[in-house]
Amino acid sequence: MALLEIENLVVEFATASGPFRAVDGVSLSVDQREVLAIVGESGSGKSVSMLAVMGLLPWTAKVSADRMVFAGRDLLKLTLPDRRKMIGKDMAMIFQEPMASLNPCFTVGFQIEEVLRVHMGLDKKQRRERAIELLHQVGIPEPAERLRSYPHQMSGGQCQRVMIAIAIACNPKLLIADEPTTALDVTIQKQILDLLMKLQAEHGMGLIMITHNMGVVAETADRVIVQYKGRKMEEADVLSLFESPKSNYTKALLSALPDNAVGDRLPTIADYLGEDAPAGAAS
Amino acid sequence: MSNIVLQGKNITRDYHVRGGLFTKARTVHAVKGVSFSVEKGKTLAIVGESGCGKSTLARIITLIDPATSGELFIDGQQIDISKAGLTPELRRKVQIIFQNPYGSLNPRQKIGDVLGEPLLINTDKSAGERRDLAMKMLLKVGLEAKHFNRYPHMFSGGQRQRIAIARALMLNPSLLVLDEPVSALDLSVQAQVLNLLADLQDEFNLTYVFISHDLSVVRYIADEVMVMYFGEAVEYGSRDEVFSNPQHSYTKTLFAATPRADVASIKARLARKAA
Repeated sequence: MALLEIENLVVEFATASGPFRAVDGVSLSVDQREVLAIVGESGSGKSVSMLAVMGLLPWTAKVSADRMVFAGRDLLKLTLPDRRKMIGKDMAMIFQEPMASLNPCFTVGFQIEEVLRVHMGLDKKQRRERAIELLHQVGIPEPAERLRSYPHQMSGGQCQRVMIAIAIACNPKLLIADEPTTALDVTIQKQILDLLMKLQAEHGMGLIMITHNMGVVAETADRVIVQYKGRKMEEADVLSLFESPKSNYTKALLSALPDNAVGDRLPTIADYLGEDAPAGAAS
Repeated sequence: MSNIVLQGKNITRDYHVRGGLFTKARTVHAVKGVSFSVEKGKTLAIVGESGCGKSTLARIITLIDPATSGELFIDGQQIDISKAGLTPELRRKVQIIFQNPYGSLNPRQKIGDVLGEPLLINTDKSAGERRDLAMKMLLKVGLEAKHFNRYPHMFSGGQRQRIAIARALMLNPSLLVLDEPVSALDLSVQAQVLNLLADLQDEFNLTYVFISHDLSVVRYIADEVMVMYFGEAVEYGSRDEVFSNPQHSYTKTLFAATPRADVASIKARLARKAA
């Protein structure tokens, strides 16, 4: 049975000019031990659909789905307190800006131990030991000393490692990584991706990787969903997606990679989709 | 007659960090003796990770900050803004485009005024001439006449980067410094902006200094590549040399870390995983 199953997810935001549909009928499923990549450009609804799963959208958002089941529990019927017990514990999320998603006022140790206190009910000594173990797992040198550091004293890559430590603190079944390496240098990106893949294999987690970088997809995913303007354009395993993309949009994305430039010009999405070009192409 | 537009010899830049109550004053060597030269109409790409001094070098080339030591030549003429200051003629020659198109445009200024401002400051053209030139440039970078009286917030990221490019070109510069111009953009928009930059380079015979950390973009646009690491140029050569036969270990690390999106490497990864 799949770990997470979503059918026909729709997310609408109430705006001044009427409802805006950010996610339009997306269905997906993730198995245990599987890495699913969701690819798309900004505005494709890839983050919003995962925020809906986590229940982190603001009240202006209207979420509806035919089915939304995580680990045998119906997310649509769950009460808010029950849901709060689940997020951060059974499913956890990492965000794009590591510097911005840690609280600058508290030490790294406090922020890791907070999760352990809320969800695991460990006592002070156990929490500290577990926090040191976690920092060690994510590859931060001198973990016991680093617990006392504040986020501003660490580099971007190290902050992202701390975020990962917080996310895996309660051994989640599903980890959602929303553009985890976009703000980082390539050499650091490689380290973070390697770390995520290692943890995913060790813990047997399901991993959803949200990204716009086709290189990251190629290096991590088992299966890929391509999203565009809130709709699912294509779903395929990673090899067949790159070998023989079915939808025009996927073809366009792949050919827009500078690696694949033919001659002097890069093909753009508009060359493939004509009228239906993304915002930014035309007025 | 050489056609070298930009040349730097042994450029260094130190920043002095003032000591506080408990810390000693210290000196940060941001750029340590970098030399380079770029011919007219060519592109030099500077690659490196954050903190390697590539943006500091960009500021020196753009004549925003003076170099601590070393010689900088633009169009064969030696320039030292710490002594002689910056003249309008020099500002006309060198322009810069920044990474973040959201941050580099004034939100209270209409696009027409954004484009007219470099002319207002650096030339004595009349308001009518400025408006005509701004409109021409707006159309040139792929925007429309109706955008002239709009504010920056009404545009997408790619369009804003087009506006930044148009502003930089208003003074007909010979040298354009591009500091991570496409890093903040989506893949498809990135392709459009790169195409636009290539077209403009052909049309105006522009010289680019292209700063980036994205090797696939560099491979696409650069003629020559300089790899910087902790303020030093560890590798410098033509694009094909650097990409086919990297010498320095850092360059090799950088190549190894770049994710590959080709079928062969996916197959290799899946095989490793299955094993």
